[in-house]
Amino acid sequence: MSFFGQLQQVLRKNIRDFGMYIALFVIMLIFTVLTKGIFISPRNISNLINQTGYIAVLAAGMTLIIVIRHIDLSVGFLAGFLGAVAAIALVQWGLPVIAVIPLVLLLGVVAGLITAVLVAYFGIPSFVASLAGMLIYRGLLLRATIKTGTIIVPNESFNAIGNGFLPDIVKDSNIHILTLVLGAIAIVFFILGQFRDRRTKMAYNFEVLPNTIFLLKNVFIALIIAAVTWIMASYNGLSWTAVVVLLVVGVYHFITTRTVLGRHIYAVGGNPEAAELSGISVKRITYIVFGSMGFLTALSGILFTSRLQSATTTAGTLFELDAIAAAYVGGVSAAGGVGSVVGSLIGALVMSSLTSGMNLLGVDISVQYIARGLVLAAAVIFDAATRRRGA
Amino acid sequence: MATPILEMRGITKTFPGVKALDNVTFSVARNEIHCLVGENGAGKSTLMKVLSGVYPYGEYTGDILFDGHVQQFRGIPDSEQVGIAIIYQELALIPELTVYENIFMGHEIRKGFLVDWNETIHRADEMLKKVKLKVNPATKVKDLGVGKQQLVEIAKALSKDVKLLILDEPTAALNEDDSENLLQLLRELRSQGVTSIMISHKLKEVISIADTVTVLRDGKTVCTLDRSQVTEAALIKNMVGREIDNIYPRRDHKRSEDVVLEVRNWSAHSQQLARDVLHNVNFTLRKGEIVGFAGLMGSGRTELALSMFGNPDGYQVKGDLYLNGQKQGFKQPRDAIKAGVAYVTEDRKIKGLILAQDVKQNVTLANLQAIASNGVVDNNAEVKIATQYRKDMNIKTPSIEQRVKNLSGGNQQKVSLSKWLFVQPSILILDEPTRGIDVGAKYEIYTLMNRLVEQGMSIIMISSELPEVLGMSDRVYVVSGGQIAGELPIEQATQEKIMELATAN
Repeated sequence: MSFFGQLQQVLRKNIRDFGMYIALFVIMLIFTVLTKGIFISPRNISNLINQTGYIAVLAAGMTLIIVIRHIDLSVGFLAGFLGAVAAIALVQWGLPVIAVIPLVLLLGVVAGLITAVLVAYFGIPSFVASLAGMLIYRGLLLRATIKTGTIIVPNESFNAIGNGFLPDIVKDSNIHILTLVLGAIAIVFFILGQFRDRRTKMAYNFEVLPNTIFLLKNVFIALIIAAVTWIMASYNGLSWTAVVVLLVVGVYHFITTRTVLGRHIYAVGGNPEAAELSGISVKRITYIVFGSMGFLTALSGILFTSRLQSATTTAGTLFELDAIAAAYVGGVSAAGGVGSVVGSLIGALVMSSLTSGMNLLGVDISVQYIARGLVLAAAVIFDAATRRRGA
Repeated sequence: MATPILEMRGITKTFPGVKALDNVTFSVARNEIHCLVGENGAGKSTLMKVLSGVYPYGEYTGDILFDGHVQQFRGIPDSEQVGIAIIYQELALIPELTVYENIFMGHEIRKGFLVDWNETIHRADEMLKKVKLKVNPATKVKDLGVGKQQLVEIAKALSKDVKLLILDEPTAALNEDDSENLLQLLRELRSQGVTSIMISHKLKEVISIADTVTVLRDGKTVCTLDRSQVTEAALIKNMVGREIDNIYPRRDHKRSEDVVLEVRNWSAHSQQLARDVLHNVNFTLRKGEIVGFAGLMGSGRTELALSMFGNPDGYQVKGDLYLNGQKQGFKQPRDAIKAGVAYVTEDRKIKGLILAQDVKQNVTLANLQAIASNGVVDNNAEVKIATQYRKDMNIKTPSIEQRVKNLSGGNQQKVSLSKWLFVQPSILILDEPTRGIDVGAKYEIYTLMNRLVEQGMSIIMISSELPEVLGMSDRVYVVSGGQIAGELPIEQATQEKIMELATAN
């Protein structure tokens, strides 16, 4: 078969997996052309990543929530409230950053577990349970900021989480050397991993990509990592937000794809009754997944407060819907049991690329909402269509 | 003789891989109560679904004549149009709505664009009088007992000017008084010109009410008997009278005295159904034997298995369960699995498999810990195990990475079995192990069962297929109405005896 024939076949077969990458690529390309290159400028990309951060970590948790057939509407205002708690702890209680962060993360887990109790123990639909949480946390956020209004956080190391960058190993370089080194390491690890995976699969006579396509795929992804690395290195380098997001997505990707826990989560999502009868405690999984959601919500709150260098009375508004949209754009299925954390990260990037690109173009906010709505609908229609065909 | 109200000629209906109805002929005379009997899977319900339009014209072959006219129903509304109404076992009422709303659901009495509630209530009252149900039509259906709900269903059918009323096991969930009431009502309706078809497993009831009985077996019409010919013996003989085909691999029946499982005074109450699903069940299972649990659908066998297997449906269970002489209280399926019990579910698609996942993930699901260290799954070990089971069980799949929803029923069942064999159980509960799978795969599963008991495993086989029960079991328990109706050593078990016990309650 000719190379293009093979390529066509591979694309058609894996259209669902590749679809969102292609969508992200196309969206970025269009905005780069329309903004005459400003979109792809190091400064903008760096900003884009920092702006996506607090939604991306929520989307990672929301992916698992949707995979086990639930939803969590409380995460927006919970993130806002916990961000305010962080600010109060730093400013009014004078606690050090090193104590504030674990404290807030712990509170997040507790909040997540409370939702889980309502869902798993009392059997309340997660939509309603988390809607109640949404109202309560919104009230708590207002109470927390009622006397002071916006709480300014003057702590530099705390604010670095949302605005700072990794220090470089070489001083006074035009380009951020550490970022380049990390990028190179990432490429090497990725390619080695791919080759090892392919070798094992071939040893078991599994279907693998044809040789040329496999090489092309590796070259393509290596180039993308290289390009992103280069762009970031020529600005301020890798931001702390990016590090946090990469860590979260990396750990969650590992948990979901390689561990017993991850497999149990997807089994519960795919068929709760069969999972229970296979000795998996659906309740336990529900507690774990909502607990993790609370943890990531706290992280999101910290990222956002740090990014704004303050806690505001409206922080977290609509975060939950952005996270849910990111997950759906990233290919999570509402029917449960299907979806990936990496996909949701791409989904989050798609949504924030739209915002960033349209902002640069000076598109009115009203049109922006409509455009994002259309993209969400298109993504889900595409998903449903390919699912039906692929069966 | 006048023309029959209904004639079904040469009806054939196939599902993928199965011929559910094979050239069935069925004729119902005007103003009679016609009973339709047969074993589970004989095709009774399928035939009624063809008649009512659930399977529309074109999905079956053959002719339906109603009132002397050829009918081609495209859906339930078409059959209702000519006066056919069907009442299913699972009632189709909406519990939160009132009796009168339910009676006129789908054919509301209108005044202009609006529903005429006054007329609705008035007419509902009339219908309730016809079925002799003394309740306020404004009562919510959920506040009525099953027997009264059944009558509301009939009132609903009557409100549509029904000529032919079909009832699918109407008395299955009723107590004796309610059953007798219902039968009396059918007799009265007959005198008012309503013809009824009743599917029933309760032979005594059939004998008391039927003007005519048609027996189906394996998708074919066996015979039609009139009132004078109907006896219990004649019915059973015709229902089960098939040669047992030689598809059961031979095995010597061993007699071990080691009791591995004993269940004493086991009762279970379902809050959801608001009734006892099991009542005072006692049985034993010995090492290396296959014990068949025969009975009709809904007799309580699956409930028995589930209540023993960690009780995931949350029944209120009373009684004792001893495993190798030790008393056990399984709180969840996980506990039962750890103790060496495995339960291969009746419905592999709904409760057995994760359809969207692949063969290897399904095979290892119940025992992932065995191939994991520190919580991380060893992918290579998983592949090895799945490959091994694929070979041992002869699972026909292009790859172990194939999603199980793309496999045939027989191969899905083999995946389900592999999953449970991988937990290395000492007691295996098989619930309808060969339902809906082809003969070849059946034979493979029977051979596997024999191999497993020879290795010392003990098997509980729940089956509604009598030949299977007789062909595979060392001993047979017959379950009826949530109780053990009898125990038969295999030498004494016959299809007739089992049927007699199964239809006793």
